[in-house]
Amino acid sequence: MTDIAPSADALHALVEGSGAINVGSHAIEVHGLEKHYGDYHALRDINLTIPSGSLTALLGPSGSGKSTLLRAIAGLEVPDGGTVIIGGSDVTYVPPQEREIGFVFQHYAAFKHMTVRDNVGFGPSIRKQPKAEIAKRVDELLEIVGLGGYQERYPSQLSGGQRQRMALARALAVHPKVLLLDEPFGALDAKVRDDLRQWLRQLQSETGVTTVLVTHDQEEALDVADHIAVLNEGRIEQWGSPREVYETPANTFVMSFLGPTAKLRGELVRPHDLVLSKRQIDDAVPVTVERVVHLGFEVRVELRDGESTDLSAQITRGEASRLELAVGDQIYVRPGLHVDPVAPDSAQPAPGLEKTSA
Amino acid sequence: MAVSTAKPPRVPSSSAKRRAGRSAPGGVGPGGLGIATLWLSVIVLLPLAAVTAKAFENGPGEFVDAINAPAARAALLVTLGVSLVVTVINVVLGTLIAWVLVRDEFRGKRIVNALIDLPFALPTIVASIVLLSLYGPQSPFDIHLNATRPGLVVALLFVTLPFVVRSVQPVLIEIDREVEEAAASLGASNRTIFLKIILPTLAPAVLGGAGLAFTRAIGEYGSVVLIGGGIPRETEVASQYIQKQFEIDRFANGAAISVALLIIAFVVLLGLRLVGSRAARREEAAR
Repeated sequence: MTDIAPSADALHALVEGSGAINVGSHAIEVHGLEKHYGDYHALRDINLTIPSGSLTALLGPSGSGKSTLLRAIAGLEVPDGGTVIIGGSDVTYVPPQEREIGFVFQHYAAFKHMTVRDNVGFGPSIRKQPKAEIAKRVDELLEIVGLGGYQERYPSQLSGGQRQRMALARALAVHPKVLLLDEPFGALDAKVRDDLRQWLRQLQSETGVTTVLVTHDQEEALDVADHIAVLNEGRIEQWGSPREVYETPANTFVMSFLGPTAKLRGELVRPHDLVLSKRQIDDAVPVTVERVVHLGFEVRVELRDGESTDLSAQITRGEASRLELAVGDQIYVRPGLHVDPVAPDSAQPAPGLEKTSA
Repeated sequence: MAVSTAKPPRVPSSSAKRRAGRSAPGGVGPGGLGIATLWLSVIVLLPLAAVTAKAFENGPGEFVDAINAPAARAALLVTLGVSLVVTVINVVLGTLIAWVLVRDEFRGKRIVNALIDLPFALPTIVASIVLLSLYGPQSPFDIHLNATRPGLVVALLFVTLPFVVRSVQPVLIEIDREVEEAAASLGASNRTIFLKIILPTLAPAVLGGAGLAFTRAIGEYGSVVLIGGGIPRETEVASQYIQKQFEIDRFANGAAISVALLIIAFVVLLGLRLVGSRAARREEAAR
């Protein structure tokens, strides 16, 4: 993917033009946001602060309200209550046209009857900027997104990944204050998705434009985001850095949504935090080895405890060969010492969230 | 990809598809093709050929004379003028009605939607009688359109209502709302979104519907015969003129005007199809 690496000059031009870097303030603030669709409560008292220049992921299962939240920030949905503040001004009832945002959709939303040049130049052209200026900026942006030379093509002549990069260039063309991405890589295949993810990360950190990304893919969120807001049933369950939400999940939902879990004595732990031993050790649970699966550098050991509940542990190859595990072995398992297991239904307040209970 | 030609790799051209089509899955095979050809020949081509033969019975000179006869020319011009007005009104209002039916929610929408096709189903002579009783000498609203060109326009609007509506509706339903939202997020006003994003997408469908409405209008007889009154050089349309020629045993003259109408209809449909498919091809290119 070196062919789409942004050139330093082009990036410099982009940053200069956008004025997006405004370190130390909050680009987006959301207070007490509420949204209903009929009987369906899509957003419940959402409070969120997104620092300038950061990349924040809204992570959650489908129906968790993450897209609704993003669309409310964009002005594509009008909330029933609460406020949305972008760049210090209240935009709750400002139409999307006047919010100075860039929005990228999962299915590209390309203007199919226009060339790539006209797609990217759409925003500047309706702002009546001089043609030569628009052409220059479009060429610049297409160079940055790795579509230099594709100016005269139509969207139907591009691959999915190329269309999404065009959509990104189109969104950046209007110097947005914030860039909002709604499952931008969801329609792409795994390889392209990985490449684009890395590329977006690079683009974002070099341009510094405040970015909010909606995704249901926890790996994607952990990979690219500075902050993750985990959403479930219209609520933010936790807000924090990828490490915080992964290592100190606020509750069982966050724990199980962010990665695999195993249940040991009624407590949830990560499979890679389980310690296996052939000897009886303190606090360990006796289990039987059901299956040993070699997955390249790691080994998954499927276990069954006395109450016939299944759990699996993830250990390294070295550990596996040292233990010489065989199906049917009686062994002992306990959580790793550094781990705080999460008790089910513990409702700790989500760190990083200001509580404004009405 | 193993084939190395000078041409860039592309999707198979349509002629290549046709050659391979015989045994291709989903094809109808030679039997189906034969039936389709025979059917089109008997139902469409044979009568058209017969009319054309009749029109040229006495040579091309007579054909030209028949069309150039003052009354014939007047009838053709009235027909084309009125049909053009009807088509333009249909393009605007048909698109609007399709828009309302697709985008707006209101009580009785399904009933209104079903109503659109009724003018098409009603015997056209009934339409003429109804319009005459509404806008004729005994008009309850005191609007008298009988034997006027506006009367012709109203009658033709009535019977051509469904064409633009029904061709625009499915395209409008298929339009990706996110594309409009993308344009809005880029700062486009509703007007700009409509003109620059929606209209270009709808254009092939609007043109297609307009072509059908126009060709239907130039050939219409039943709905205009009573309300139009058939006053020569005023409200007499081509179809009435043709009927008159047959009544006075001048078959060749009637056939000549028919062929003129046929040529106009063919050229209009072909032209609109070319314009429409050019727009469609841009979107479908290399898919």
